Amino acid sequence: MDFLAPTTWADALAAKAEHPDALPVAGGTDVMVEINFDHARPPALLDLTRLPVLREWARDGGRIRLGAGVTYARVIDELGATLPGLAMASRTVGSPQIRNRGTVGGNLGSASPAGDSHPALLAADTTVEVASVRGVRLLPIGEFFTGVKRSALAPDELIAAVLITPPSGPQQYCKIGTRNAMVIAVSAFGFALHPDRRGVGTGIGSAAPTPRRAPAAEEFLAGELEAAGLWDSRGALPDGLAREFGHRVRDAASPIDDVRGTAAYRLASLSVMARRAATWAWDAHRSAACGPSDEDPPVRMHP
Amino acid sequence: MTTSATPATAATSTRAGVAGRIGESPLRPDGTLKVTGEFAYASDLWHDQMVWGVTLRSPHPHARIVSIDLSAALAVPGVSAVLTADDVPGVNAVGLEHLDQPALATGVVRYEGEPVALVAADHPETARRAAKRIVVTYEVLPAVTDPRRALDADTPRVHDGGNLVRRMAVRRGDPSPSAPVVVALEFEVGMQDQAFLGPESGLAVPAEDGGVDLYVATQWLHVDQDQICRVLGLPPEQVRLSLAGVGGAFGGREDLSMHVHACLLALRTGKPVKMSYSREESFFGHVHRHPAWLSYEFGAERDGTLVYAKADVLLDGGAYASSTGAVVGNAGTLGLGPYRIPNVHVDARGVYTNNPPCGAMRGFGCVQAAFAYEALMDSLADAVGIDRVEIRVLNGMREGDSNITGQVIDSAAPVAELIAIVRDMPLPPDRAENPDLRDLPGGVSNTTHGEGVVRGVGYAVTYKNVGFSEGFDDHSTARVRLEITGGEPVVTVQTAAAEVGQGLITVEQQICRTELGVERVVVHPKDTTVGSGGSTSASRQTYVTGGAVKAACEAVRSSVLARAAAVLGRDDLRLEGDKIVAQDRHGSGEVLAGLAEILGTDAVEETVQWRHRPTHPIDPLTGQGDAHVQYAFSAHRAVVDVDVELGLVKVVALDTAQDVGLAINPDAVLGQIQGGSAQGMGLALMEEIVVTDGHVRNPSFTDYLIPTILDMPPMTIQVLEYADPHAPYGVRGVGEPPTISSGPAVAAAVRAATGRPLRRVPIRPEHIVGG
Repeated sequence: MDFLAPTTWADALAAKAEHPDALPVAGGTDVMVEINFDHARPPALLDLTRLPVLREWARDGGRIRLGAGVTYARVIDELGATLPGLAMASRTVGSPQIRNRGTVGGNLGSASPAGDSHPALLAADTTVEVASVRGVRLLPIGEFFTGVKRSALAPDELIAAVLITPPSGPQQYCKIGTRNAMVIAVSAFGFALHPDRRGVGTGIGSAAPTPRRAPAAEEFLAGELEAAGLWDSRGALPDGLAREFGHRVRDAASPIDDVRGTAAYRLASLSVMARRAATWAWDAHRSAACGPSDEDPPVRMHP
Repeated sequence: MTTSATPATAATSTRAGVAGRIGESPLRPDGTLKVTGEFAYASDLWHDQMVWGVTLRSPHPHARIVSIDLSAALAVPGVSAVLTADDVPGVNAVGLEHLDQPALATGVVRYEGEPVALVAADHPETARRAAKRIVVTYEVLPAVTDPRRALDADTPRVHDGGNLVRRMAVRRGDPSPSAPVVVALEFEVGMQDQAFLGPESGLAVPAEDGGVDLYVATQWLHVDQDQICRVLGLPPEQVRLSLAGVGGAFGGREDLSMHVHACLLALRTGKPVKMSYSREESFFGHVHRHPAWLSYEFGAERDGTLVYAKADVLLDGGAYASSTGAVVGNAGTLGLGPYRIPNVHVDARGVYTNNPPCGAMRGFGCVQAAFAYEALMDSLADAVGIDRVEIRVLNGMREGDSNITGQVIDSAAPVAELIAIVRDMPLPPDRAENPDLRDLPGGVSNTTHGEGVVRGVGYAVTYKNVGFSEGFDDHSTARVRLEITGGEPVVTVQTAAAEVGQGLITVEQQICRTELGVERVVVHPKDTTVGSGGSTSASRQTYVTGGAVKAACEAVRSSVLARAAAVLGRDDLRLEGDKIVAQDRHGSGEVLAGLAEILGTDAVEETVQWRHRPTHPIDPLTGQGDAHVQYAFSAHRAVVDVDVELGLVKVVALDTAQDVGLAINPDAVLGQIQGGSAQGMGLALMEEIVVTDGHVRNPSFTDYLIPTILDMPPMTIQVLEYADPHAPYGVRGVGEPPTISSGPAVAAAVRAATGRPLRRVPIRPEHIVGG
């Protein structure tokens, strides 16, 4: 097995162009497990850990440009208030050790239907910046996932960053696991309120061949909020509306039975998570004086 | 002794000038090394000339081996040997109770993962690659995968003798009793794994005498040695075993795993051979806890007093017997719990199937039964309209009672006291207004902020036999040596009893210090140069090996005093540390001689084989008899918060009371109770090897979930010390009872919170929400 260790982004792209079957590795929390279990023997590994540029995040115009090599731990510590949905998702990833190593870019690269960050990225209208020696492409996150552990990345491309607009409203993220930590999602749900454009964002995890949005549910909830004048009045979210939203999120999923859970449970849990997440987000929106607060991360954790 | 979970403390007591006697908690020698990652486990064994062994396993639950072609594997550069059943020099049969399992499959494979061939190569990756090139042609056979059909006439036979491993009947009192109140249930228990963290590993080194030295993580060196000798065709003098660092056992290392395979490869190649399973292979490399199907009925008076109990217990033994027979024995003799029941009808069966072999695991046949009888005890309480604690107080065994096999419980049986203690412990506070997510079901996965969360409380009590039962010659051997080294008295204690993490090394030291008054106690490495210590299982080592060490110390003391008497011309002597003192009636302790003067350069050494009082086989027709040597009792109270819409559970409190007779090492006792409670809770809520059509679907710690620190609450533990007059120091086995009573208490609490019957464990979210 060849081990390619570029130290510049240009060299990395050149290496990927020359070795399109090289498997990129960043934190190694997925790739190394596959190798150690003898489930994968890629012809070459492309080590991305010597590229400081991947580990940077910055404000880029109106957006946050999050380098593909930024770890979950740093998302939690440095972007908890700025990208609350992604930070909440990051908190659910593995153990502290895994969060110190694993990266959002790596999660996208594996493109697992159970990837923890995906529902949050979907709900937040993220753009994925991919690059090759041929140039840079900006892919809407909704077009990134093409099948079970398959993505729109070309063989010579690497994930450079994700571009996320800081939210104009509250975000939520919920994940079901059969223990209270260190667990792969049985189902997961990301939610974002976009008061600036009077829209709603969703992301479903572990309940379809790919992570996916629930567009009909988004349109339904945004439309009902509009129709009832709630965007302006900031009145309470009617329980029936939240419930119906949950059902429509559920209807967007197409889960299977597997060793982690049944399809029926995945559907039922999505319905509950979507109802609760929408309610929490709406309640936060109502109580926010003007726009999102930078003070209170939405997850309550005592130090 | 009541305590919340507290860290171990260094020994500070200096009674009689010697710290670290029984009743104290001296630090264990392996503790710091394990926490800092420096402890050498069996998987760390290394020899400069060693090669690596790997195992080729059957992909089929049941198949005939038509042919095996090794040529492609042998052609791989770096491969030094490829072995099959044809290369076994001795008898190709192993097994703890029945020699029904080949060391390497011959003719047929009976479960997914059965070893078929071995490869040794200069690198583990080379060995794995070569193993993949072995071409085994299988003719797949119909697999017996439903144990409930194993004994049907039209079910294929897994072994020539049929599919019954053991049936046990227990009959007592009126054969057709009736009662005004009758409750019944059916219960199912999934297949739990020991989930020890150190995978099966060892190093076999060929010796010049044609024999082999094996360094291995195991629970019972001598029973391994017997089995290895048979397969290798070598006498015990040529098969020497040493205990390597054990990373947990819990019953999963009672059977052989890589032991004989590494020896076969070492003898063939003439090189040291290391084998170390991957995590995935480990799931196929050891037995699991028997899944169980239980059908129970209780009859009672209107006040709740039990009149009769009927139970039918079916255990899936999988492809080979392992210790299924003894597990059936426990499920039969102990399967109705610590209750006074005059009329009893129990049938327990263990069967062969083509599922993964099942055998020993902490709690050994009692765990499965306790889920059923404790759920039914709650049903009975509800049916007669009394409190769930009161029903247990009312029916709980007391000292002097006969249990269901007619054995009189002749030491403490504090069922009523234990269950009352846990009832009376303070309840955790109600859920906070704005709770930390980690205190809620789902944790930081953020699935509820309190919505749908309902609290429930559940109780369970149990008892468990300590030591081997039904007439087994259960003994241990200890060699104790006292000498003067560098002017100081030093004791060396040697036993072959396996330290698997429970703290036996420290216990052996504490007993020597107590008996001989000598602070420096060296524990000899565990190996087969001393007689058998028996198995590190059945909660027995502190009792049995502890008894042997105590007896050997007493023999050493007698011997020293005899020498002193000869020198001093008087026999009213006492050994106190490094001094011989007068044993006068005033206890003045006048020093008559130094130990050094008496011993000179001699060492006094005594070896003692020690037995607990005998047990007896049970009557094959009635199940009556004094089957067990000692009983240990425990009770748990679980408090859970359940998100009833999502089916997620947070165990808020898991408190317990247990009688340990005497706590030789109080901190180690707490550690056993905490760990055992976590393991029982794991079975109640998450731990299950999922087997479909004979195939294991989750052989990884990604999908076989064990509790984390965020799943396990802090515990309040009350330890009772009612000495057993028949046991050394009054000790009572500690390790298993917590694993038995914690799970049923958690399950009861979830039932209380949800109102659902939940007649299967582990309880999955979909069982709670009905999805």
